[in-house]
Amino acid sequence: MALPIYYSPFEKGWHYTYRVICAAILVFLVAPIFVIVPLSFNALPYFTFSPEMLSLDPAGYSTQWYREFFTEESWQHAVRNSFVIAIFATLISTLLGTLAALGLSRSQMPFKAAFMALLISPMIVPLIISAAGMYFFYTRIGIASTHLGVILAHAALGTPFVVITVTATLTNFDHSLTRAAASLGASPTETFFKVTVPLILPGVVSGALFAFITSFDEVVVVLFVGSVEQRTIPWKMFSGIREEIRPTILAVATLLVCVSILLLTVLELLRRRNERLHGPASS
Amino acid sequence: MTPGSVEVIRTADGMPLGLSLQRTLLRSRLRALLLVIPLLAFLTVTFVLPILDMLYRSVDNRIVASVLPHTTVAIQAWDSKSTELPDEPVFEALVMDIQAAYEQKTLGRVGRRLNYEKPGMSSLFRKTGRQAKRITEAPFKEQLLGVDKRWHDTSVWQLIHRESGALTGSYFLASSDLRLDDQGEIALQPEPRRIYVSLFYRTLWMSLLITVLCLILGYPVSYLLASLPARTSNLLMILVLLPFWTSLLVRTTSWIALLQTQGVLNDLLVFVGLISDDARLQMMYNKIGTIVAMTHILLPFMILPLYSVMKTIPTSYMQAARSLGASPLTAFVRVYMPNTVPGIGAGCILVFILAIGYYITPALVGGRTGTFVSNFIAVHISETLNWGLAAALGVILLALVLVLYLIYDKIVGVSNMKLG
Repeated sequence: MALPIYYSPFEKGWHYTYRVICAAILVFLVAPIFVIVPLSFNALPYFTFSPEMLSLDPAGYSTQWYREFFTEESWQHAVRNSFVIAIFATLISTLLGTLAALGLSRSQMPFKAAFMALLISPMIVPLIISAAGMYFFYTRIGIASTHLGVILAHAALGTPFVVITVTATLTNFDHSLTRAAASLGASPTETFFKVTVPLILPGVVSGALFAFITSFDEVVVVLFVGSVEQRTIPWKMFSGIREEIRPTILAVATLLVCVSILLLTVLELLRRRNERLHGPASS
Repeated sequence: MTPGSVEVIRTADGMPLGLSLQRTLLRSRLRALLLVIPLLAFLTVTFVLPILDMLYRSVDNRIVASVLPHTTVAIQAWDSKSTELPDEPVFEALVMDIQAAYEQKTLGRVGRRLNYEKPGMSSLFRKTGRQAKRITEAPFKEQLLGVDKRWHDTSVWQLIHRESGALTGSYFLASSDLRLDDQGEIALQPEPRRIYVSLFYRTLWMSLLITVLCLILGYPVSYLLASLPARTSNLLMILVLLPFWTSLLVRTTSWIALLQTQGVLNDLLVFVGLISDDARLQMMYNKIGTIVAMTHILLPFMILPLYSVMKTIPTSYMQAARSLGASPLTAFVRVYMPNTVPGIGAGCILVFILAIGYYITPALVGGRTGTFVSNFIAVHISETLNWGLAAALGVILLALVLVLYLIYDKIVGVSNMKLG
């Protein structure tokens, strides 16, 4: 962006200072995430750069922590658990959340605001409180320390994201399309699957991604509701940091950063598709 | 058509139109409700009932009455204000109850419960439990008094009398550093047990500080993002969204690597020569660690709402102010900033709500002085097993969050919440 020619020297100075400040803040946001990438290739079991690493000596680098992650059974167990729990939780919360969003965005929905506030609350209530309550209650009904318990808990935490994203898609939804389909002889089911679903799909997919990452990243509820059998990647990382810090955690963290870059790309593509179809979003 | 009456308009099948419309509306209302009900039922079981369970546990006191069923009934006849010990029947009931509870191994639970109120109760019950089986016939009073001299103390009996009901407020008193003294009056906890008020206070001021830091760091970046052309701002937005999408534990791990005494930042400072190798800074396992790491983690939650509000402010406002003679600073402070207040409000409340309930980051980098209420709730659940106190602390925290949530709903409207 070119500077307006009428700017005074002071304004020009401030303009560049301001840019430097913003750059510094953006570095603060991103740098900590990328610091761990080189650290995860450390040949020594420390969380900092060794002199060999700084002099770019190949002997200072090693992939042993990645090997450890991919070969050690307890980590592989955690990976399997994380995916199983996150996938099932996402399925449940996407299905129930989408249905609820469809109901909530109908104009005849009674007590809309109250329902919305209730359905969003799992996102607002501090995790430790949800986790404590779930631990007490799930123990009572006998599903604590089971995969089912953790999946149900994560599904509950993921639903608000699906409700929010699908409701947002539905606010731009042109209801005359479904009426048109009906008047052309489509049954309600046909209308739903051939007209409504393709249109709200971006919202459903991004809601599902949110729900997936919520479960995949969640640790407080797993710590309380689950046991060793349900340990997930974050569970392993949390107990690893507390007990013995090993760079394996940094290797896992680097892999997780790759996962989040992947997710971010998918979401960005969805956003662009949406923009192409509906014009720039209002916010 | 009779004169004076209005003809009722009917639908094709002969039903009055008004009635038909009403039925259709009712049907579509039910249909809308039907779509929401599965999720509502699901959340009730998996989320709402657990929260209610916790609310109940914060006042639940059935343990005393269920382990000592005869005593809690018999002791009602005793005047708890008197300085006399209860009569023989109460002692007989207590001996019966203790013998039965010792057999069923439930005595430890009531001992632990009463120990929260009065130190020493746990050992008293354990000792009495071991010896009570020798007491088989009257006089019970004399023999029990012989087992342990603490049974002479009327305050022990007053405690049992006080806690014999099904509900108790003592967990809430304990979470406000209060207790009921021997006379049943509300009094301060003894000095070393007075920790929760300062804990809540610390949680609040640290959350507030984190919120302010997020605002100071987030405002300029949001302004930059909102004023740049879409192509550039979308690219920079990725720098904000990447941390947002990165695992919380990854970000906390990074800060551990950076802040440790043997970590990257200290190494860098030593290398540059700002500090000497034996005077490395302690930036972790204290308040600084929690504040720095949480500011980083919550910053995107401030930037996103600020950005979405700033995007909607037309650039012509600033141009108009400038052309009317305002200096750049005046134009910014008097015209631009007031327009961003909704974004500031939304971002601050969101960050504050998230901050006061945080558990993971304070637990990992907070050490002993940088922990929050959440961490104490966790300790009481998994280590001290004082679930009632954990629940009471949780209820207070929940109440705080709900008040803020209502304010947020008023400012932003929950239905307008946007993600990413």
